[in-house]
Amino acid sequence: MEPVISVEGLRKDFGDTTALAGIDLSVRRGSVLGLLGPNGSGKTTTVRILSTLLRPDAGRASVLGHDVVADAAAVRRVVGLTGQYAAVDDALSGVENLRLIARLLDMSRGQARARADELVERFGLADAAKRRVKTYSGGMRRRLDLAASLVGTPDVLFLDEPTTGLDPRHRNEVWDQVRTLAAEGTTVLLTTQYLEEADQLAEDLVVLDHGRVIATGTPASLKTEVGGQLLHVRPLFRTDVGAVATLLGELTDEAPAIDPSGELTVAGSPQLLQAVGARLGVPIAELGLRLPSLDDVFLTLTGRPADETTEEVPA
Amino acid sequence: MTTTAPAPTPVREPLPRTGARHGPLRHAMTLAWRGVVKTIHSPEALIDVTLQPVIFLLLFVYVFGGAIAGDTSAYLQFAVPGVLVQTVVFASGGTGTALADDLHTGIFDRFRSLPIPRSAPLLGAITADIGRYATSGVIMLVFGTILGFRTSAGPLAIVASLAIVMALAFALCWVFTALAMVVKEPRSVQGMGALISLPLTFGSNVFVPASTMPSWLQGWVNVNPVSKTADAVRGLLLGGPVAGPATTALLWAAGIAVVFTPLAVFLYRRRT
Repeated sequence: MEPVISVEGLRKDFGDTTALAGIDLSVRRGSVLGLLGPNGSGKTTTVRILSTLLRPDAGRASVLGHDVVADAAAVRRVVGLTGQYAAVDDALSGVENLRLIARLLDMSRGQARARADELVERFGLADAAKRRVKTYSGGMRRRLDLAASLVGTPDVLFLDEPTTGLDPRHRNEVWDQVRTLAAEGTTVLLTTQYLEEADQLAEDLVVLDHGRVIATGTPASLKTEVGGQLLHVRPLFRTDVGAVATLLGELTDEAPAIDPSGELTVAGSPQLLQAVGARLGVPIAELGLRLPSLDDVFLTLTGRPADETTEEVPA
Repeated sequence: MTTTAPAPTPVREPLPRTGARHGPLRHAMTLAWRGVVKTIHSPEALIDVTLQPVIFLLLFVYVFGGAIAGDTSAYLQFAVPGVLVQTVVFASGGTGTALADDLHTGIFDRFRSLPIPRSAPLLGAITADIGRYATSGVIMLVFGTILGFRTSAGPLAIVASLAIVMALAFALCWVFTALAMVVKEPRSVQGMGALISLPLTFGSNVFVPASTMPSWLQGWVNVNPVSKTADAVRGLLLGGPVAGPATTALLWAAGIAVVFTPLAVFLYRRRT
């Protein structure tokens, strides 16, 4: 089955800075692809090229078979975009924003009104529909922004860090909307720097770093790639960290990783868990086995945590 | 994958199209509607084209008028056509600031990702603003009349005088639009716009007759499009030569528009 989004050798430079150093990716119909990476890794540049807002310097990208450069107008007919900053008009009300987009998409007045009413209902904005967007909370603006990108019922939806800056409750609301859309058959390309978000929403992941694809796969396959289960222990008292580290060292012939919260991690197994449980002589807050998180994946792939603020991409 | 699709055809009809009119300007008109609705929602945004010119008129007539013309009511006759032009020049500067604001908030990204002509948002914003300018022109004339301004002109001449002012405003708003595309930061657009609009309005015969100025300044004042437009408006409203200044004023407007419209559109496209 031909991919809905197909990207080959995509490259973009901004002056001396390379934003994309030649990336390839493809997105299956009806799937959610997570584009994961720290700030400056090239996620937004990719989305802007795919939504025809930027021209690539080299390489090829197409959406539903339409080339994003040669056939940009056709691409604009089938995609919706929700950017990092809510692209809605503060001075208009919620429904007016949606009606404006509907009219620009060549719907009649009646159709525009019906579509706007339907969307405010769906996104829980009916009560605030007639209020100016200026008075909306951050979460409401994001939902309106998402609604605005859905006015034309796009086959492909680009979400550029859709939950950045939202509190957990609003983040969950956006997640639910994305899941619903995917279930309805919309193909979604989502960028995020939150590993949890990628884990929650995406079936396939592409990990970007410094404008290059450093890994692809499903969340599960990436976790497996990093290794098997991990055993983690957190003593109740920080003063016991040394003693626990010594014990783990004796049992595994390996020095455990110790994170700033005082949690110790080593490659683990149920046998090891039992052994540790039997020999720990200090009170512990946490002890268990887990699959590596995407945080672990990122650390393994790049040698640094995902949330570490990176400098702009070096030239 | 169990399903096989031969070609990447859209799952759904991309866009409902029935009942829609088509035409190159339709999208621009929809975006002009946005400008009008915005104004209705926040009438305070009209201050620069309503209250501000009223204050200018009061200030010049009653504070400076006596000193300039020896008599405030005589000066009122001179000042109303001038402030009419000055107001609209200032208001066209507001077009640039508003566009810079739009570019800043990301809503232009949304417009650019829609299947509409790339110039539609620009054209729409300017069309809506022409409406604002016309409002300010009418307010100026009404308020001037309340203060005692009297015109000998008939309705046709009044409409013609407003039309000449609109022509200048339309031309100048492309200058400020081009500026907004280069400068980007809304505050800076406002500041740099003032560097254009202040010499244009104060370096003209809008408030003071050119004959009282030093000759080097008269050189500028006498070719300034704002002076020519003010002359034409005075000719139409108060009597006096019309054809000469009106022709020069309209040629100025056409010249500015011919240079700055393509430039603004070019700069706007380059940003996209």
